[in-house]
Amino acid sequence: MTKKQLTKDPLNLIITGVGGQGNVMISLIIGNTFVRDGFFVTVGETYGASQRGGPVMSHMRISQETQYSPFIPDGCADIILGMEPVETLRMLGKYGNPNVITIINPRPIYSIDVTGGHAQYPDLDKLIETIKELSSQTWLINATEEAQKMGSHMFANAILIGALIGSGVLPLDKKSVEPVLREIFPKEIETNLVAFNKGIKLVKT
Amino acid sequence: MANIEIDAPGTSQLFIGNEAIARGALEAGIGFAAAYPGTPSSEILGSLAQVAKKIGIYAEWSINEMVAMEAAAGASFAGIRALAAMKQNGINVVSDFLANLVMSGTGKGGLVLVSCDDPSAISSSNEQDTRPIAKWLDIPLVEPGDFQEAKDMTKWLFDLAEELGTLCILRSVTRIAHARGNVKLGELPTKQHKAHFDQIHDLKNVMPTTFMPLPSSLRHFFLHMKLDKAREKFESSPFNRYVGPDKADLLIITSGSCWLYSQDAIEALKLRDRVGILKLGTLWPLPERFVTEHLNKSDKVLFVEEIDPFLERSVMELAGNFPSNAVRPTFYGKRSGHINAYGELNPDMVIKAVSTILGLTYQARDIDYGKKAEALVKSSVPERSMTFCAGCPHRATFWSIKNALKLDGRDGFVTGDIGCYSLALGPAGFFQVRTMHCMGGGAGVANGLGKLGQFGFDQPVIAVVGDSTFYHATIPALINGIYNQSKFILVILDNSATAMTGFQPHPGTGMTAMGEPTKVVSMEALCRSLGAHVEVCDPFDFKGTTNTLLKMMADDGGAKVAIMRRQCELVRAKKEKSPYKVHVDIEKCIGEDCGCDRLCTRIFLCPGLIWDKKTGKSRIDEVICSGCGVCVDICPQGAIIREAV
Repeated sequence: MTKKQLTKDPLNLIITGVGGQGNVMISLIIGNTFVRDGFFVTVGETYGASQRGGPVMSHMRISQETQYSPFIPDGCADIILGMEPVETLRMLGKYGNPNVITIINPRPIYSIDVTGGHAQYPDLDKLIETIKELSSQTWLINATEEAQKMGSHMFANAILIGALIGSGVLPLDKKSVEPVLREIFPKEIETNLVAFNKGIKLVKT
Repeated sequence: MANIEIDAPGTSQLFIGNEAIARGALEAGIGFAAAYPGTPSSEILGSLAQVAKKIGIYAEWSINEMVAMEAAAGASFAGIRALAAMKQNGINVVSDFLANLVMSGTGKGGLVLVSCDDPSAISSSNEQDTRPIAKWLDIPLVEPGDFQEAKDMTKWLFDLAEELGTLCILRSVTRIAHARGNVKLGELPTKQHKAHFDQIHDLKNVMPTTFMPLPSSLRHFFLHMKLDKAREKFESSPFNRYVGPDKADLLIITSGSCWLYSQDAIEALKLRDRVGILKLGTLWPLPERFVTEHLNKSDKVLFVEEIDPFLERSVMELAGNFPSNAVRPTFYGKRSGHINAYGELNPDMVIKAVSTILGLTYQARDIDYGKKAEALVKSSVPERSMTFCAGCPHRATFWSIKNALKLDGRDGFVTGDIGCYSLALGPAGFFQVRTMHCMGGGAGVANGLGKLGQFGFDQPVIAVVGDSTFYHATIPALINGIYNQSKFILVILDNSATAMTGFQPHPGTGMTAMGEPTKVVSMEALCRSLGAHVEVCDPFDFKGTTNTLLKMMADDGGAKVAIMRRQCELVRAKKEKSPYKVHVDIEKCIGEDCGCDRLCTRIFLCPGLIWDKKTGKSRIDEVICSGCGVCVDICPQGAIIREAV
């Protein structure tokens, strides 16, 4: 089997959300799959104190040639997987460009600045329009809503991984991701696999 | 954490730098590892402890960095290769021992200290640099430039440390320690460890063995001989290399993660043919011949490094010794202002420095797109301040502290230190914490404040420490307070874990790093044995906690202890389901019209409580709410309802 080619080298993927949502889990699964498929992968994460409800992002640099730094240079993201909408826009402001592709879970998570009345959360419909405007292509995946239908919002991550794989923006296929999912997801692996497949289906409809 | 003992030489794994370091230590055949948790270093010991039992090594969470280093030295003295790991602040805790250890030398087992620096102090109270400490204390120091090197260098450093008979430091930074990358595995050794403390002095060796009685000045002389030997080894180290043209328009001198940023910058600017990079892995002592040979690559030199201008000063010191007629390049870096003198760097900062020096323009994205995207973020993206997790007992504790101090009415305040609870400097903890320095620092500061009565000081002082911090650095301060009758309350925020760094066990948890049950060092029994008045509170009991604190503040006696005991919500949630299902009864909530001025969402600030603009009332965000139910007691209307599940 010939090795699948990257559309661009390095391919720069950002996974963004709010501390506690599961950024690291997603980057671990995608990153490990790439390494097993023979790629160089560097992942820079937000860690420590910022995990406590702050904005978080994982920068993933995928290459066939070399080990890149754990920071994507400004304006150089190729794909943004947004677990939360305003965090997706925050990333577009710094790392976006006319070619960037976004996959977003439109479920807002309000910050204490918003609930405390010191900041305004933008109108959701307008926010989604803005993200679309700044992206070459956008997939809206109601991951939290779909996960809640399955019994817990925790399945949203597997849905989003499914959407990312199903969208075809990465040179990874379902078969190479599944064994990594089985290894890394600590519990409820069967339900998470159902969620993963749901994500693939959602992105294709 | 990844499995670092996987026996698959030649395969590539995705490891964070810390796991790569731990794997390198395993490949080097260590038998002993000790550490105190501290971001960004914690996963080194964490990943070793996870496999220790299986592969027959010993790993422990020590009470603090000093004991970790001393314990590791003990193992070295008995011929076992040993590692101690810590974050940058830990080096300060251990420096007294280090200053003496360099004089004695190590034992027959190679001894390595891993210190992880945190440029920009992302998870720290300062951004101290380990490198000048190595220079100050005459300790060889190396720094890996990527994940593979993190493993390979650690393995090699044990050989070097053993050969030199002195402690060696591996310095890492957040973006290596906590970033992930490819690591190709090597072989794991099969040798059995055999420990014995050798008491015979070997007089035949030029270098004295560890415990020969010698004057310190002579030991210092021998230490310098060891450093010369290290320098000689470093001159031909494969961890130092030059990449670039024979004659370059600019030479970058760099190390660590800045080596990756420099490569990114050269790639982005397409300057491979014009700019050379001298990547150093062995930083102290500086391989002077190797550096001198490469300084003539260009008449312009840029130092790309984070925190202190360590390489910059070392190389300039070297150039200061060049003959008077030698040609010196122009140096750029922190001194010239081309590189920030504080904070962490990134590829864009290097791009900017290089572009400025070479007079280039760089544009990453379409200008109009950039302007539009930045404007949209500015106009519509709200701030997202850090806060305690939903269900965190610390929020409840600070709520009671705030109320008790207000009710007491004497302008009392809180001294604090480092941990999740440092967030109480801000809105998450109602701005209650007023001082924050080192581990246990708040208790020490409170000792002084509590003795100012004779100068008219009557403000109540509450020192807060975490449970792990209590064992680490607070006990001497408490004894001092009891002995010297200083008036303060030590509040121990006992959430039964070293929460901020990843829930590591400590002496109060009854569990070791290797997962073995052990004796519990009871904090209340310890404090009572010292003669302290001790109260144990449940922070979710607002009324009881507030009253206890009020009574303690009113009492004139010396140092007192209030233990706030409730498990970290993140730990609890891993083990069991939420105790309650919580909702807001919109009939009872009267929203903006209530005299409470939105106490729940505007003041209490649990992220699980949100404000519904449409209804003008509070609501629970079911995705965030942990079901702890504590907010029920906040609402004056009784509109927040918890139902047991």
